[in-house]
Amino acid sequence: MAEAQNSPKSSTSLGQGGPPPVGSTTAGSIAVAAESTVVSRMSAPPSFDVADFPVPHGREEEWRFTPLERLRGLHDGTAVGTGDGLKVDVQAPEGVTVEAVGRDDARLGKAGTPVDRVAAQAYSAFEKAGVITVAKETVLTEPIRIAVHGEGGTAFAHQVIELGAFAEAVVVIDHTGDAVLAANVDYVLGDGAKLTVVSVQDWDDKAVHIAQHNALVGRDASFKSVVVTFGGDVVRLHPRVTYAGPGGEAELFGLYFTDAGQHQEHRLLVTHNVPHCKSNVVYKGALQGDGAHAVWIGDVLIEAAAEGTDTYEMNRNLVLTDGARVDSVPNLEIETGEIVGAGHASATGRFDDEQLFYLMARGIPAEEARRLVVRGFFAELVQQIGVDDIEQRLLEKIDEELETVSGPGR
Amino acid sequence: MATLEIRDLHVTVEADNATKEILKGVDLTVKQGETHAIMGPNGSGKSTLAYSLAGHPKYTITGGTVLLDGEDVLEMSVDERARAGLFLAMQYPVEVPGVSVSNFLRTSATAIRGEAPKLRTWVKEVKEAMQRLNMDPSFAERNVNEGFSGGEKKRHEILQLELLRPKVAILDETDSGLDVDALRVVSEGVNRVRETGEVGTLLITHYTRILRYIKPDHVHVFAGGRIVESGGPELADKLENEGYEAYTKGGASA
Repeated sequence: MAEAQNSPKSSTSLGQGGPPPVGSTTAGSIAVAAESTVVSRMSAPPSFDVADFPVPHGREEEWRFTPLERLRGLHDGTAVGTGDGLKVDVQAPEGVTVEAVGRDDARLGKAGTPVDRVAAQAYSAFEKAGVITVAKETVLTEPIRIAVHGEGGTAFAHQVIELGAFAEAVVVIDHTGDAVLAANVDYVLGDGAKLTVVSVQDWDDKAVHIAQHNALVGRDASFKSVVVTFGGDVVRLHPRVTYAGPGGEAELFGLYFTDAGQHQEHRLLVTHNVPHCKSNVVYKGALQGDGAHAVWIGDVLIEAAAEGTDTYEMNRNLVLTDGARVDSVPNLEIETGEIVGAGHASATGRFDDEQLFYLMARGIPAEEARRLVVRGFFAELVQQIGVDDIEQRLLEKIDEELETVSGPGR
Repeated sequence: MATLEIRDLHVTVEADNATKEILKGVDLTVKQGETHAIMGPNGSGKSTLAYSLAGHPKYTITGGTVLLDGEDVLEMSVDERARAGLFLAMQYPVEVPGVSVSNFLRTSATAIRGEAPKLRTWVKEVKEAMQRLNMDPSFAERNVNEGFSGGEKKRHEILQLELLRPKVAILDETDSGLDVDALRVVSEGVNRVRETGEVGTLLITHYTRILRYIKPDHVHVFAGGRIVESGGPELADKLENEGYEAYTKGGASA
C-alpha cells in the first residue's frame, strides 16, 4: 500500500505540493490528487438561495470530479420535484417528536448553510421539512429508523435531527429504491448530547443522491456519523461538522463499495472553530469494475481560535479490478500551532493478480481469497459502528457485492 | 510414497510482444523424503520452473507433463495444486492488505486440510511454530507481508511450510537476501520439515551457502532452461569452486 502521511504541528496549509503516494501496488488506474485548500476551494460563499450560485460547468474545484451530465438537472435548475415518488417512513421510540414543518420553521438551517448549488437548490425547493427532536436528558435505548424509499421520483428534502442537552440517540437512515434526490440534513447536538447517525445509501442502479450533512456539535457533545454507500448511479455526500462549544467530539466513519459505472463521492469538512475539540475521520472504500469512480475529499480546518484541537483523517481504498479510479484528497489547514495533534493519511492499494496467486497458492479458492481481503479491509471499520443489525447487514452486503464481480477465472 | 515427476517441460512467457521459451525440456523426479538442489546462474529459468509448477498465470506450458502421484498437475488450478500437496515458498512474497497473518494461516490450513483446525490446538500449533522460527507473537496480527523485512517474509514462508505440511515443497531462492542468522533460522525450519521424511524438497538457489545448512541428496545444474548436469552433493562443491562459467559458455544462458 502506498501511503502519504503528515503530522503537522504548525501553521499554514499542509497536504499540498508533495508528490502523490507511490508504491508497487498503485498503477495506472489509480490517481491520487493532492492539491486544493479548504477555504479557497468553493467558488461561491455559502447561501440558502440557489440564485447566489452560478450553474457549475465542471471546472470548479468543488465540481471537478463530479459527472454533471449524470446529475439529472439537479445542478442547473432543470430538475423539478415530482411531488411523490419518494416515501419517507420514520419509526421512532417513545420520547421522540416527529414533525413535518413548513419552510419558515425557525429550527431549519441552524447547523449549516448550503455551500454549493445543489444544496442551495434543495433548500430553495423543498416543500415540507422533517424535524425529529429528542428532548433534553432523554436517553433512547432503541434506534430511530428513517426509511427513505425512492419510487422513481425527483425530490428536494430537508431533515433536521435535534438532540437536547445530554440526550442520547442512534439514528439509522436507510436509502433504497430509485430516486433523484437533493437534500440537506441538519444534526444539532445540545451540550453533552450523544448522537450516532448511520446513513446507508443502498440505492438501485439509477438513483442520483446529492446531500449536504451539517452537524453542529454542542459543548462536550459527541457526534458519530457512519456513512455507508453501496448503490446509486451518482452519490455525492458532503458531511460537515462545526462545534458550538469546547469539548466536542466528532467521529466520521465511511464505507463505500463502488461498482462498475458508479460515481461515489464523499467530501468532508471538519471546521475546528472553538478550542479543545476532537475529530477523527476514517473512510474506506473498495472498487471494482470498469468506470467505478470513488472520490474522497477530506478537509480539516483548524481556525486560529481552536487551540487544543486534536484531529486525524484517513482514507483507504482497495481497488479490486482494473478500470476503477480513485481520487483521494486529504487536506489540513491550520491557523494555530497550539494544538494537540493534526494528521492525515491517504492510501490506495490494489488487490491484484499477484495477491490472488499468493492466496491461491496456499490452497485458498479465488472467491474466498477476494472475500478474505475485502472483509479484512472493512472489518475494523464495521466493528466501530456499534449497531448490531447494521454491522451484520453490512457484512452480508459486502459479500453480496463481491459475488457480482467476475474475477479472474483461474 | 509421494512423487513429483516432471517430464520434458516446456514453458514460454510473453515479453515485449514476443513469445519467449524459458524452459526447454526439464526432466526431474522428486520423491518424498528427498532433497534436490537446483542451482544455476541468473536467468537460467530456475524461478520459471518454480512458478510454472505452482501454476502462475504468467507462464504458458507448451509441452511436457507434471504428475504428482500420477495426477496431472498441469490440469489443476493454482489452489487445487496447493491442496494436492504442492507448496511454493516464494522469493518475493506478496503483500496482502487487510488480511492478518493469523486469519490467513487459518484460512489456508482449513483449505489444505479440508476442515477447520480445532481452535485450541491450532493456536498452540501456530504459537509453537512461530517460536521455533524466532518470530514475535505480535507478528500474527500484522497484515500478510505488509511492511515485513526480507527476513520476516522468508520466515513467514517457512512458517507456512511447517503448518501446511505439503508433499512437495519448492523453495525459490529462500536464501536470497538473508543474513547468516536469518539463514540459519530459516534453514532449521526447512530441516525440521525434511526430518519428518514426509516431504520432497526442491531447493532452488543461486548460491551454495544455504547448502551448508540444508544438505541435499541430489544437486542439479540448471542452465539455458534445462538441467544440464546432475550429481550428488559433491557437485555443489565443484560449483562453489568453479562457478557457473562452464555451463553458460556458448550463450546457453538467457
